[in-house]
Amino acid sequence: MNGDRIKAFLFSVTLAILPAGAGAQGFAGLGADATGFAFPDRDVQIEFPRDHGPHPDFRIEWWYLTANLQAADGTGYGLQWTLFRSAGAPVEKEGWSSPQVWMGHSAVTTPDRHFVAERLARGGIGQAGAEAEPFQAWIDDWEMRATGAGIDALSMRATGPDFAYDMTLSAQGPLVFHGENGYSVKSASGRASYYYSQPFYEIAGTLQLPGGDVAVTGSAWLDREWASQPLGDTQISWDWFSMAFDDGARLMGFTLHDTAEGDYTAATWIDPDGTTTAYADGAFNARPLETEEVAGREVPVVWQVSLPDRAVDVTVTAMNRQAWMDTLVSYWEGPVRITGSHTGRGYLEMTGY
Amino acid sequence: MTRHGLAVLLSHWRRNPLQLLTLVTGLALATALWSGVQAINAEARASYAQASDTLDGGDIARVVRTDGQDITTAEYVALRRAGWLVSPVIEGRLDGTDPGIRITGIEPLTLPGRGAFEPGEEGIALPDGFLSDAGLLVANPGDLPALEPFGVPLLADPDRRAGTVLTDIATAGRLLGEDGGIGWLLLAPEQPLIRAGLPAAYTVSEPLVQNDVARLTRSFHLNLTAFGLLSFAVGIFIVYGAVGLAFEQRRGVFRTLRAMGMPLRRLMLLLVLELGVFALLAGAAGIALGYVIAAALMPDVAATLRGLYGAEVTGQLQLRPVWWLSGMAIALGGTAVAAVAALWRLVRMPLLSFNHPRAMRVQADGSARLMLVAAVVLLGAAALFAVFGSGLFAGFALLACLLTGAAFCLPLVLSKVLKLAECAANGVLSQWFWADTRQQLPGLTMALMALLLAMAANIGVSTMVSSFRLTFTGYLDQRLSADLYLRAGTPAQAGDILSFLEGRETDVLPIASAPTRIGGLPAEIFGLRDHVSYRENWPVLDAVPAVWDRLAAGDGALINEQMARREALRPGDMLQGGDTVLGIYSDYGNAAGQVIISEALFATRYPEIRPVQFGLVTDAPAALAKALQDRFDLQADALINQRDLKAFSLEIFERTFAVTAALNVLTLSVAGLAILISLLTLATMRLPQLAPVWALGLTRRDLAGFEMLRAVCLATLTGLLAVPLGLALAWVLLAVVNVEAFGWRLPMYLFAGDMLRLGGLTLLAALLAALWPAARLARTPPHKLLKVFSNER
Repeated sequence: MNGDRIKAFLFSVTLAILPAGAGAQGFAGLGADATGFAFPDRDVQIEFPRDHGPHPDFRIEWWYLTANLQAADGTGYGLQWTLFRSAGAPVEKEGWSSPQVWMGHSAVTTPDRHFVAERLARGGIGQAGAEAEPFQAWIDDWEMRATGAGIDALSMRATGPDFAYDMTLSAQGPLVFHGENGYSVKSASGRASYYYSQPFYEIAGTLQLPGGDVAVTGSAWLDREWASQPLGDTQISWDWFSMAFDDGARLMGFTLHDTAEGDYTAATWIDPDGTTTAYADGAFNARPLETEEVAGREVPVVWQVSLPDRAVDVTVTAMNRQAWMDTLVSYWEGPVRITGSHTGRGYLEMTGY
Repeated sequence: MTRHGLAVLLSHWRRNPLQLLTLVTGLALATALWSGVQAINAEARASYAQASDTLDGGDIARVVRTDGQDITTAEYVALRRAGWLVSPVIEGRLDGTDPGIRITGIEPLTLPGRGAFEPGEEGIALPDGFLSDAGLLVANPGDLPALEPFGVPLLADPDRRAGTVLTDIATAGRLLGEDGGIGWLLLAPEQPLIRAGLPAAYTVSEPLVQNDVARLTRSFHLNLTAFGLLSFAVGIFIVYGAVGLAFEQRRGVFRTLRAMGMPLRRLMLLLVLELGVFALLAGAAGIALGYVIAAALMPDVAATLRGLYGAEVTGQLQLRPVWWLSGMAIALGGTAVAAVAALWRLVRMPLLSFNHPRAMRVQADGSARLMLVAAVVLLGAAALFAVFGSGLFAGFALLACLLTGAAFCLPLVLSKVLKLAECAANGVLSQWFWADTRQQLPGLTMALMALLLAMAANIGVSTMVSSFRLTFTGYLDQRLSADLYLRAGTPAQAGDILSFLEGRETDVLPIASAPTRIGGLPAEIFGLRDHVSYRENWPVLDAVPAVWDRLAAGDGALINEQMARREALRPGDMLQGGDTVLGIYSDYGNAAGQVIISEALFATRYPEIRPVQFGLVTDAPAALAKALQDRFDLQADALINQRDLKAFSLEIFERTFAVTAALNVLTLSVAGLAILISLLTLATMRLPQLAPVWALGLTRRDLAGFEMLRAVCLATLTGLLAVPLGLALAWVLLAVVNVEAFGWRLPMYLFAGDMLRLGGLTLLAALLAALWPAARLARTPPHKLLKVFSNER
C-alpha cells in the first residue's frame, strides 16, 4: 500500500490481537484501554450453561484446549485447539460490520515436528462463534461441540494444510475455578479475569499427519477465560504452566512479567477429586534452566518449577523444543514432561519472547 | 612510529597519483556497476510488492456460482464451514460518479496471499481505519474529489489505478446497497488437508494468462543480477592489479620500515587501514555513481513495470539501505579479496635478503604456473558442477568457476600464442615486436583479464537476452493464437456472452480448467477445443505422430515442459492417473505443471466445471472488444487483446535491450580504463627498453605506432578468446541457471552481428586506451631517451 506499511493497523480500533510492538499495551494488546466494556466483578458469580458461551461485552475471551497424547507405539504427541474472541466494541451486530473478531489456532506437536494452522473471521455472519446450550464453539470447519450435558462430553476437530485431527473428550472430574470462585487476579493493582477450567478430560481420536493416520489417547485440559483489560500497562508477557501429575493431582501456575514492578505469580492446586486451593502472588515460582534458539529468539525450554506449600519442586522439560506458534501473534506452546518431586505431563505457554 | 610509518606508506601514493587513481577508480566503477544494478532490482521488487492489485486478488483463482447469481453471505459461510478457504469480494460501480468509479470490497481477515497479510513485528499492511465503522476508501488521488460526497474517510494511494476504489467489504456493501452482493470468492492457493467437495452450484475459475508475463520479469532480474556480479568481477581484477602493483613497488619501503623496527603486525595493520580507507572512499563514490547509473536506466525499467501493472510504478529511485549497504559491503569485500594475496606475500617476505624491487614482475613465471594450476582446478570444478551439480547454487558456482578459471588461463595462452608468432616472424623488427609484447604481458595481464571477462560477460548476456526475446516472442505468437481472451464474471454471464457472439463471425474457444495435484505438486488441467489455430500454432516440442487427432479423440494428454522435466516423462509414457502423454509443449514463465486434454474428456471428468474463459478468433478484435465492453459489465482485466499483450511484451524486451546495451558500454569502458592505466604505468618503466630501439634508428612515431598495434593485437587475441567463453557463459545461463531457477530451458541462438559489434567495441576501447600512452611516447623529448644511456643501471 504505497509503501506506508502502517503499524499495527489490522484492527485499528477493533482488535488488539496484534503484536503491539512496544510494551505499552502488553502482549497481544491485553493491557489495552477498555473503555465501555464490562469488567469482572467479585460479586457476580459464574453461572452455567450461560458462561460456556461468549461474552461480547467483554473485550477478550478464549476457549483454550491442550492435550497430551500417546500412540500405541508409545510416541508422545501434543495437541492444541484454541478459539479467541476479541471485540472492538462491547456489542455484537449482525452482518459484516460486526466489531467482534475471532481467531483460531490449532497445532499438533510430535517429538520432531510442530504443525500449526490459523484462521481469522469476523463475527456477525456465523463464520465463527460460540453458543452456551447446547455448547459449541467454531471457526470455519474447526469446531468443538458438546455431545452430552454441559461440556462434559465433546467432539472436536481441526485441519491445516498438512495435518488434521478428530477427537472425542469426556470429563472424568468436575469443573474447577481459579482465584476466588473463578475471579482470577492478574496484577498487584487488582486487574482480573473470569477463569475456570476442565482439567480432567480423557481424550481419544485420530491425528492425520504426513506420515499417515495415528490413533491416540491421552488427557486434555480446557481453559475458559474472559476479561476486558486483564493485564497492567507494564505487564508485557507471561509463562503459563498446566501440569497433570501421575498421582491424579493437577497444578496450574503462571508468571506475569512486568517491566515496571516485579513479576506476578498465581497458582491453583487441584486435588484428584477437584478440590482447589488458590495461591496468591509469590507462592508459585518458575525459573528457566535452559534456553534454546527458537524462531530466531532465545526461549526457555527447561524450567525449575516449585510450589513449596505442596512440596512441589519439579523440572519441566519441553517435549519438542521448537514448538513455536508462527501465527499472526506468535508464541511458544507445547507439551512438557515433568520430573522431580512429582512426575507427569503438562503444557507450557510462553509469550513475549 | 605509527604516524611516521603511515606517512611513509602514503607518500607512495603522493608520488604515484595515477596508481591511486587506478585503485580508486577501479573499485568505484566496480561498486557503481554492482550497486546500480542492485538499485534497479531493489526498486523493481519494491514496486511489485506495492502493486496494489495483489490486494484485489487479481492473480488468484476464484469461486463463482455456476448459475451466475451473486453468492449470499450464508453461502459463503457454508463454504468456509465445509473447509474451503475462500474470501468474499464485492464489486460494483458507485452510483453518482461519472464515468462510474469501480469499488472493490475485500475481507482482509480471510484474504489469501501474504501480500496484504504479512505478519511481522509491525503488524499488518492495511491502512489505519480500514476496518473501522466509518470505513476507508483507498483511491487514486485523482478520484478523491468525486468520492468526497459519500462521507467516508479517504486515503490517497498513487499506486491505485484511476477509477478504482479499494475498501472493506462492510463499507462496500453499505455504499453499493442492493447491488452489493458477493460477486466471487477468492480461492486461497493453500487449502486444508480435509475439506468437502465443491458443491455443484459453484465452479472454480483460474486466473488469466496475463500473469505469466509478470513472472517473466523475475528472469529479467536474475539476468541483471548476474550482469552486476560479472561487472563487479571485472572491477575486482583492476583493483587486484593496482593493489598488487602498489605492494610490489613498495617492497623496499616495507623492508626499510621493518629493518627500522616496525613490527610486522603493525605494518600489516597500517596497510589494512590504508586500503580500508580507500575502499570506503571508493565505495562511497561508487555508490553515488551507481545511483546515477540506476537513475539513468530506471525510466526504461519503470516503463516496463508500468506496462505490467498499469500506471502504478513510479520511475523514481529511492535510496534503499538494501543496495547501498550491499554496495559498501562488496567494495570492502572486493578490496579484501584483492589484498589478501599481497598481504600474504608481505608476511613471507624475507627481512634481510637483499633483493631488487621486482616491480612489474607480479606475474613472474612461478605465479603464472600457480595460476595455471588454479585454472585447471577451477575448470575441473566447473566441469564437475556442470555434470553432477543440481540447484541454482550449483549453476552460479559453475558460472564463477568457469569465468575465473578461464581468466587464469589467459596469461599462459597469450604467452604461447605470442611465442608462436615470434617463431613465425622472419624480420628482425617483427621478432622484436613479438618478443617485446610478450615481455610486457605480465604488466598487462590483469587489465587483459578484465577485458576478457567484460567481453565474455557481454557476449553471454547479450546472447541470452536475444535468445530469450526470439524464443519468447515466437512462443507468444504460438501460444496466444486467439485474438481476444475473455474471462466472464460468472458462467451465466459466459452464457450471455456466447449467445451475443453467435452470428458475429467469431470462433469461440472455451478454456476450461481445474486445479489438481500431480506427483504431490499443484498442477492445472485444461480442456481444449479442437481448433485449427491450436493445430497450427501450439508450441509442441516433442510428440507422438498425429498428436492432435489423438488428443481430439480423447486418447491422452499434452503436458508442459516443466511437468515433463519434473516427472521425467516422454511422449508415450503414462501419466499419473492413466493418461498417455501424447506430447510436450513449451510453457515459458509458468512454474506449475499443466495437462491438456480434449474438451469432451474434460467435460466427462469435471461435469461441474463450466468454462468462463474463452479465446475468441475474429477478424476485427478491436471492434469486438468494444462491443463486448459496451454490452456487458466486464471487470477491468476480463478482456485481453492478444495484440496488445504481444506489443507490450515486445516493449519489455526493447527496454531490456536498452538496459543491456548501456551496461555493455559501461563494462567495456571499465576494461578500457584498466588497459589505459596499465599502459601508462608501463610507459615510464619501458623507456630503458625502448631507448636502444630508438637509438638503432626507429623514430618515435614508429615506436608509438607499434604501441598502438600491440594494443590492437592483444585486444584482438583476448577478444577472440572471449567469444567461446562468452558462449559458454550464455549456455550456462540458458541451460543451467534458467532451468534451475524457473524450470524451463531456453534454446540458444547465436547472433553474429551482436558479437561483431561487441568485438568492435572492444577494439575501440583498447585503441582509445592505447592512444594517450602512444601519443605521449611519440612526443617524448629525445633527451629523455638519451638519458637512459647516461643513467645506465
